[in-house]
Amino acid sequence: MVCDTSKIKNQRVKLKSWLVIFIFTFCILYLFVGSVFASPEPAAASAVAQPTVPWWMWPLSLFLVTFLLGIVAVLGGVGGGVLFVPIIGGFFPFHLDFVRGAGLLVALSGALAAGPGLLKKSMADLRLALPVALIASSCAIIGAILGLALPTNIVQIALGATILGIVAIMSIAKKSEYPDVKQADALSTALRINGIYHEISTGHEVNWKIHRTPQGLALFVIVGIMAGMFGLGAGWANVPVLNLLMGAPLKVSVATSKFLLSITDTSAAWIYINNGAVLPMIAVPSVIGIMLGSIVGVKMLAKTKPAAVRYIVIVLLLFAGLRALLKGLGVWE
Amino acid sequence: MDKKLKATEEQRKYAGILDKGMKIGLLMLIITFVVYLSGILVPHVPVSDLPKYWSMPVHQYLEKTNIHLSWTWIHMLGKGDFLNFIGIAFLAGVTMICYIRIIPILFRKKDNVYGVIAILEVLVLMLAASGILKAGGH
Repeated sequence: MVCDTSKIKNQRVKLKSWLVIFIFTFCILYLFVGSVFASPEPAAASAVAQPTVPWWMWPLSLFLVTFLLGIVAVLGGVGGGVLFVPIIGGFFPFHLDFVRGAGLLVALSGALAAGPGLLKKSMADLRLALPVALIASSCAIIGAILGLALPTNIVQIALGATILGIVAIMSIAKKSEYPDVKQADALSTALRINGIYHEISTGHEVNWKIHRTPQGLALFVIVGIMAGMFGLGAGWANVPVLNLLMGAPLKVSVATSKFLLSITDTSAAWIYINNGAVLPMIAVPSVIGIMLGSIVGVKMLAKTKPAAVRYIVIVLLLFAGLRALLKGLGVWE
Repeated sequence: MDKKLKATEEQRKYAGILDKGMKIGLLMLIITFVVYLSGILVPHVPVSDLPKYWSMPVHQYLEKTNIHLSWTWIHMLGKGDFLNFIGIAFLAGVTMICYIRIIPILFRKKDNVYGVIAILEVLVLMLAASGILKAGGH
């Protein structure tokens, strides 16, 4: 009897998961078909072209898609920004400049919302985050300026290549729950970067310290530039550097990475705001949609199989990355 | 509970301000967007014209709509679309407030290195927000 009930529950959960996936895929396909048939003229030509759908259809579609992206991002364990930029940039009629501006605000809002809880629970560590944030946020400014100055097709190609790189990282990179750090390096010792956190699943207190701090900080130069240039958020890069290279426990790495985005994306977001690349009609529905989606996603998280959703995220990113790359190369306009 | 398990004073203060700031910013964002959509304040760029512009590169959009860069939006807050920048700028400014709040705590605890790191971060964020740094445009 108990077995039957759990089977039925499992089937319901599966059904719900597939429903979300189906709706999501449908929306993406709808947008894809729409983008093919809605004549994506070159920028200059589109300035005089008469739009074929009422204006409000786009913000409304954007809200619905970002709501679903918010759910999928939580279930797939990725940031909203990394899905937002390639998917919205690839299948909506908005210029990449505005999509990246909105993407940064999407990633920033998510990080601002998660930050307080992670800091209060000591999952995110301020001592680890502050030096890293200084480097990443300074470099994000350079990335943002570069991204807005470079020709769109170059940014598209670089974005596509980056997304495909993220797909590779997500597919092959291993994660280490508790990396073995035999000895903290001199820099992290001087900066007193270490801590203890309470691991709920085991009930134990986990002591942690880090190593290879100079190498890690050097890598955040690249991470910061990419975050600013593409408006992706940078959790996909932060976590491997903090966890695999510097040896912070996985949970501390994920939490500190999320908190870091609130600083890195702030500096890049200001560059986009001050250079006119934030359109409220694109940015605000996206921020609200993805935040509401994240809330629903968190509720669904306990009932779904994250591994299955993660594969879907990888396939989506692969598709969106190829689209960006081919769009940049002029093969798939 | 072990003393070290508890978040440090600066971490708790930072989290407190971030929490309140994020909620206020998000509320501002929603309210100003509703005002924008309602048409109570006339936007600088009519919403029905937006599809003509949002596929343009940003420099071209600014040129066609006669919008100037940096903080000039402050003078246009009477326009429905520019009103949204109150919430956007607030959300982008919260981190700076958090940093400014923890600087005295860090120096009081004689954590001078982190105090200096926090000051440098505020300077970096102020530079980004200042509008001095302009992208060339493609």
